[in-house]
Amino acid sequence: MSVKLGVPSKGRLMQKTFDWFADRGVGLRKSGSDREYAGAVDGIDGVELVLLSAGEIPRELAAGRIHLGVTGTDLVREKLAPWDTYVSEIAQMGFGRADLVLAVPNCWVDVDTLDDLDAVAAAFRAKHGFRLRIATKYHRLVREFLRDNGVADYQLVDSQGATEGVVKNETAEAIADITTTGDTLRANHLKVLSDGMMHRSQATVLKSKTAEWGIDEKSVLAKFEEMIL
Amino acid sequence: MTRLLKTVAEATRIATAFETAGAVRVETDILQPAETLLDLYGEDIRARAYTTQDPLKGEQMLRPDFTVPVVQMHMDVGAEPARYTYSGKVFRRQEDDPNRSSETMQVGYEVFDRDNPIAADAEVFTVIRDALGDIKLNAMTGDIGILTAAVQGLDTSDARKNALMRHIWRPTRFRRLLDRFSGAIPMSASRKAHLELKLPLELDVPQIGLRSQSEVEARLLNLKAEADVPPLSENQVALIEGLLKLRETLPNVLSKLHDIAVDLPSIANAVDVFAARIDALADRGHDVENLMFDGAYGLTQMEYYDGFVFGFTAEALIEQPVATGGRYDALTRVLGRGASIPAVGGVIRPELLLSVKEGAQ
Repeated sequence: MSVKLGVPSKGRLMQKTFDWFADRGVGLRKSGSDREYAGAVDGIDGVELVLLSAGEIPRELAAGRIHLGVTGTDLVREKLAPWDTYVSEIAQMGFGRADLVLAVPNCWVDVDTLDDLDAVAAAFRAKHGFRLRIATKYHRLVREFLRDNGVADYQLVDSQGATEGVVKNETAEAIADITTTGDTLRANHLKVLSDGMMHRSQATVLKSKTAEWGIDEKSVLAKFEEMIL
Repeated sequence: MTRLLKTVAEATRIATAFETAGAVRVETDILQPAETLLDLYGEDIRARAYTTQDPLKGEQMLRPDFTVPVVQMHMDVGAEPARYTYSGKVFRRQEDDPNRSSETMQVGYEVFDRDNPIAADAEVFTVIRDALGDIKLNAMTGDIGILTAAVQGLDTSDARKNALMRHIWRPTRFRRLLDRFSGAIPMSASRKAHLELKLPLELDVPQIGLRSQSEVEARLLNLKAEADVPPLSENQVALIEGLLKLRETLPNVLSKLHDIAVDLPSIANAVDVFAARIDALADRGHDVENLMFDGAYGLTQMEYYDGFVFGFTAEALIEQPVATGGRYDALTRVLGRGASIPAVGGVIRPELLLSVKEGAQ
């Protein structure tokens, strides 16, 4: 039996993950053609590389189909509930940083905090006849954050991409999305609420609590942790 | 017998008891339009209800409770007065606790009657208590009408009262508002900056989105007006806190409420209702001397209740009441499209009742 390690299958996140492990003596590479999603591992025995979409890694970890996985903590918290019954964090990798924030138009000069947003949501509903729309793909994280902060009279509308554009297109009044530098928010005339930081995410090595951890897998894990920590 | 069959048999027994008490049996659809529930409960209901997509009817939810469809049915076609009973499953997603069931049986008893709301409160409490049988359960009561009357009577602006009323079911935010209105939380730097903005606004940022500049200006005017309202006095905050902290037997609570009403005369009517309800419960044979009251009861879980509230809990199952209920006059107004009627009701959860009965043996 081998320990299955799930890694993002594409782009910068895959390359940075490969580099991060290479620095620690674990060689990860795609095998076969560049387009084939098969991988190989050097430098440690008993580890099998599984290339997956980053968004599916939380689910695969929770189901125990992979033992270890690399993905952003934002996706883990959004997709698994309660996340820490299924996975534990082994190492933060220091890249893929993204902050999940709540942003409103710059022209809302009367809004700086969640208190303001809550008051505006009440007035907006009274005036327009529907609940203030917040566009996001992080439904669970946003809902929990707003519930914990006592914000009412809003609705979440789904947006899987180009979320910063929805306000201008008048399909939502505010957004909750991940940002690294804030450039895209600024370019779209949006500002982050001063207490609107919901979660700071980065690429993280995670361990499944539901996968089968026999004697062999545990000894491979011990060696693996020794190398990467 | 399997567990489910036992539960169904228990539900049938309870429903029969409710019918004997005068209720007419009703059924509701399992799929309910999501929009109605979302407008009523807010987005939080998505965390608790199963949502499904129908190509023709749009978003639907598996009924998270019976009250909403029963009220809708009554407001559409019901004759007055009416007593209803229903029996069936409600569906609740469990995101945090995998041990809680996501589908549970409920058997309910609801009274729509304008003649004597206080008698109806006592009737529902009694019918539910009787149907629970002779097992040992702790009863808890509350009265959200007293708290709302207190808020309405505060010596402050209507805007502040409305803000407090809007968050009466969210204790954390309610508390925060009290602190802000009393000056316990100092005004934030950003709020001070908002107050200094010159009106009408001349902005150097583009106007985007549906919320217009005039709406922003209207809010800034409200903020300026709000800044001129004197802080809520410590004494008044203490009175509200005192109401929320009450946790004693009904007679003791009544005497404390009489004291509070001296400083907060707006609750006098609500206290009279409370006193009359104690008598009505005593007339029905309840041991009111030992019946408990909690000033904050029903404020976190039961968002549509606005008067008398109650629950029955077993020692071994504190987290999950075997039966709960309360008055929801305002809900009939929201769902009644202009009409409204005083309404009160409650449900028994037969699975929990069975567990308690088995535990007692």
